[in-house]
Amino acid sequence: MPSRIARRLTEAASRIILGKEHAVRLALACILARGHLLIEDIPGVGKTTLAHVLARLLGLQFQRIQFTSDMLPADIIGVSVFDQRDASFRFHPGPVFAQLLLADEINRATPKAQSALLEAMEERQISAEGQTWRLPEPFFVIATQNPADQIGTFPLPESQLDRFLMRISLGYPDRAAERALLAGEDRRELVAHLPTELQAGELDSLFEAARQVHVGPRLLDYVQALLEHSRAGAGFSLGLSPRAGLGLLAAARAWALLGGRDHVLPEDVQAVLPAVAGHRLRATGDTPLGPDALARRLVEAVPLP
Amino acid sequence: MPSLRRDQVGWLLAGSALTLAPHASHLPPAISALCALLLVWRGFINQRGSRLPHRSLLVLMAAGVVGAVLLEFHQFFGKEPGIALLAGLLSLKLLETDSLRDARAAVLLSFFMQLGQFLYQQNMAIAAIALLGTFASIGTLLALQGRAEAFAPRAAAAARLLLQALPLMLVLFLLFPRVQGPLWGLPADAHSAVSGLSDDMRPGDIARVSESGAIAFRAAFEGDPPPPAERYWRGPVLTRFDGRSWRPGPSRRQDQPFYQSSGIARPYTLTLEPHNQHWLLAMDFPGPAGGLVYGDDFRLLSREPVRSRLRLELVAHPATPVGLAEDPRILQEALALPPGFNPRTRALGERLRAAAGHTEDIPALAIRHFRDSRLAYTLAPAPLSRDDVDSFLFDTRQGFCEHFAAAFVVTMRAAGVPARVVTGYQGGEINPVDGTLVVRQSDAHAWAEVWLEARGWLRVDPTAASAPRRIDGGLAAALPDTARLPLLARSDLPWLRALRDRVDAVNNRWNQWVLGYNPARQRELVASLGFGDTGWQSLTALMAGGTAVVMGGLTLWALRRVRPGDAIDRSWSRVCRRLAAAGHPRHAWEGPLDYAGRIAREAPETAPELASIAADYARLRYGPAPADATLLQRFHHTSRKFRPR
Repeated sequence: MPSRIARRLTEAASRIILGKEHAVRLALACILARGHLLIEDIPGVGKTTLAHVLARLLGLQFQRIQFTSDMLPADIIGVSVFDQRDASFRFHPGPVFAQLLLADEINRATPKAQSALLEAMEERQISAEGQTWRLPEPFFVIATQNPADQIGTFPLPESQLDRFLMRISLGYPDRAAERALLAGEDRRELVAHLPTELQAGELDSLFEAARQVHVGPRLLDYVQALLEHSRAGAGFSLGLSPRAGLGLLAAARAWALLGGRDHVLPEDVQAVLPAVAGHRLRATGDTPLGPDALARRLVEAVPLP
Repeated sequence: MPSLRRDQVGWLLAGSALTLAPHASHLPPAISALCALLLVWRGFINQRGSRLPHRSLLVLMAAGVVGAVLLEFHQFFGKEPGIALLAGLLSLKLLETDSLRDARAAVLLSFFMQLGQFLYQQNMAIAAIALLGTFASIGTLLALQGRAEAFAPRAAAAARLLLQALPLMLVLFLLFPRVQGPLWGLPADAHSAVSGLSDDMRPGDIARVSESGAIAFRAAFEGDPPPPAERYWRGPVLTRFDGRSWRPGPSRRQDQPFYQSSGIARPYTLTLEPHNQHWLLAMDFPGPAGGLVYGDDFRLLSREPVRSRLRLELVAHPATPVGLAEDPRILQEALALPPGFNPRTRALGERLRAAAGHTEDIPALAIRHFRDSRLAYTLAPAPLSRDDVDSFLFDTRQGFCEHFAAAFVVTMRAAGVPARVVTGYQGGEINPVDGTLVVRQSDAHAWAEVWLEARGWLRVDPTAASAPRRIDGGLAAALPDTARLPLLARSDLPWLRALRDRVDAVNNRWNQWVLGYNPARQRELVASLGFGDTGWQSLTALMAGGTAVVMGGLTLWALRRVRPGDAIDRSWSRVCRRLAAAGHPRHAWEGPLDYAGRIAREAPETAPELASIAADYARLRYGPAPADATLLQRFHHTSRKFRPR
C-alpha cells in the first residue's frame, strides 16, 4: 500500500524533526513528485538533519557539498586526472554523483559553480572532457540557503529558482517540540541509527503511485484558473510558468498520496501552493510578500469552479 | 481627459450615421450635407489618429449651424427647425467628443433622434431603420463600457441585449395606458391637408383626387366581399347647384339611421385613413351602430373629424329602401336649378319628360340618351364653357364621373325628378394576400340619386352607361391604355401588382396592430385576457405585473446560467446554502474538506455529519469517474437530509 508506506515515512521523519510535520511532509511530497527542494532558513533549525533523515529513510546514497565562494565547477561535478600507469586521463566523479545531494548554502558559491549544479539538476547528467555521464537514478538535490546573511552571497536568480519544485522553510520549533529536542537524545546519533524504511523497489512504486493519482477535469479547471489569475489577474507582476503549473500538479498528486487519497482535491493544490509558487510569483506593490501571503492572495482570488 | 479608443469612436460614428441618415429625407439639403461632412471629418480624424479641431473652431461651426437653421426656417420653434438643429448639433458634438461622458451624451442624443424619425413617418421601414440605429447605439454603449473587442461579438452582444428587451417592450406597448389620438402626431400635423374628397364639387375635382394612388380606406368583410356593383362607399351628398359647383344641402342628424335597414347584411371592418373630415365613407347603407351619427342624406358620420386611422365594425344593408317618406323640403331642394345656366340640358329634360309616359321611366330614358350620345370617359376632358353641363353633353362629349353625375342630375331636375349628386368611392380591389378590400383615392367616384314616388332614393350611376367597366373593373379597366394613371393603379404589370398586394397586406397589419393600437384595441386585448374592468388603474396594475413577470423571468434565466450544472454540485450547493444560512458560509475558494474541517473546529455541534458529506462530495467531484452508485446515492440522501443545528 503506497499510502501506508508514505504515512510510515512521515511518522518516522517526524520523530526526529520535531514539530515540523508540515515541512517534513512537503519535503517528502517534493521527493515523491521527483522535484528538487530548496530549504531557505537560518542555520541550526535542522535543514541538514532533514536531508539526512530523508536519505536514510528512503535508502538513498547521500552526498553533501558545502558551497563556498572559491568553489569551482570541478569541485562539484568531478575532475579528470592524468593516470601515469596507462598514460591517459581518468574522470574522477565529484560529489554530484549521488542519489541525494545536499547542497549546503548554495548562495555562497559564485554563479559559475551554482550553474554547474543547476545544469546537473535539470539534465540529470554531467558532460565533461567531451564525455557524458549519467547521474544516478533517482537524483535529488536538496539545497539550502540562508536568507538572513546576505553579505558576500550570490542569490539565485529567478530562472534558477524555477528549477526547484519547492522552496520551504522550517522555522523555530514550538515550545513543546523544543523541550522534547532539548531533553531528547542527540539527533545525529538518532539519524545514524535510523533504519531504512523502504524495501528494494518500494521507492519506485511510490513514484509510480504518485504519478497515478487521479486528476479530474474539475481540478484541471481549478489549476488553470489559478495559473491564469497569477498571470492576468490583479495583484501579481510575475505569474506562474507552464513548468510551475506542471510542478504544482505533480506536487499536489504527491500530497494527495501522502494524505492517503487516490485523487487530487483543491485542498491538495492549496496546501502545496506556498511551497511551489512562493519562489516563482511576485506580487505587485512595494512590500515583498512571504510565500504564504502570496499563495493566500492567489487562492482567495480564485473561486473553485 | 481619458481619450476614446478607436473602436469606441467607430461605433459612435456608425450609430450617429445610422440615426441621421433617415432624417436626410426631410432635412434641408444644406443641413444634411453639413451633417455628412462633419461625420466624415470625424471618421477621418479617427482613422488618422489626428487631433480634434480647436474649441474656437467648434464654436464658430455651431454658430454656422444655428445660422443655417435660421436662414432655412426663420425660427427655432416647431418640429422642422428643432430636428434640423439637433441633427447639426449631434454631428458637431462628435467633433468634440473624446471622453466617455461626451460619448454617452452623444448616444443619448442619438436615441432621441431615432424617436424623432417617427414625428415624420411611422411606417415599417422607418421603424426598421430606427431599430438599426438603436442597435448601433447599444453597441456604442457596450463599446464605451467594455474592453476593445472585434465587431462581430460586440454586435452579437448588442443584438442579444435588444432581444432581451423585447418582452418588456411588448408588455409596455400592449399595457401602457393609451390616450386617444395618434401616438406620434404633433398638434400642428392634425389639421394639415390630406388628399381626398371635399364637401363641394366642381368639374375636375374627382379626376384630381383619382390621380393619387394613396389608400383611402380598407374593408375586411366577414365572408365573401360584395360584388363590385354593390361597392358604393358614400361620402358627401351634394344637393345645391349654383351653376358651377355642387354643395351639400342642409341636413339633419341623429344617432339612429333615417331608414329601417333590411335585406342582406354584410358585416365588415372598416379601417379609415385620416382625412380630417366627419364622414366615414360607409358602404350603402350602414345599419345601427353605437357612438356614431347618421345624416338624413344616409351618410354615416363621426362626432370628431377623423384625424387618426380609425377602425370601425359596421354592417352594410345594400338592399335597404331609403327615403320612402322624404321631407318635402329636401325634395324641393333636389329639384332646384339655377336660372340662366345650361339651357340646352333643360330643354333636354323637358323633352324627356314629355316623351315619358310615367315619371318612373324618365331616368331610364336619360340613361339611354347618354349612351346614344357616345360620351367618352376620360381623366383629362377637354375644357368646358360657362354652361359646363351643356358643353359636356352636347359639345365636347368627354368627361369624368363628376361630369356624368352632374349632367344626369341637371337633366333629371329639368325633367322634374328630384335628384342629387353623391360623391364617395366605388369599387376597390381585393388584396389576395389577406383578403381585405383596399380602396384607394383613384377609386373616388361621383354618381347620382333620383327620388321616385313609393320607391324612395335610387342610385343611378350614369358613368356606367358610357363606361360600364369602370364599375366592374375599376378605373384602369375603363380608361384607354394611354391614360395617365398612378403607377400603383395600373393593371398591366402583374408582378408589380403582386408585390404591391403583399406589401400592402403587411402594411395593413402594421397599421391595425401597431399604429392603430388605440384605447379601444387595448380594451379588447385586456378583455380577451380575462380582465373585465379596464380603467387606467387596472391597466397600470397589469402593466406593473407584466413588467415584474418579465423582469423576474429574465432574472431567473440569468441566475440559472451561473448556477452549477449537475446534480452533485446542486446537492453540495444546497448543503453550503444551509450552512451559510446557519451563519457559516463557505468561502468561494474553500475546498470541501477544508470547509468541513473549519466548521468542525469553529462550531463542532452545528454539523457533525458534514465531514462525511464533504468527503463524499470530494470523492464524487474529484475522484475517478464513473462514481460509485451507492456513494452517489448516499451523498444525495445525506445532503438532502442535512440540516445544520
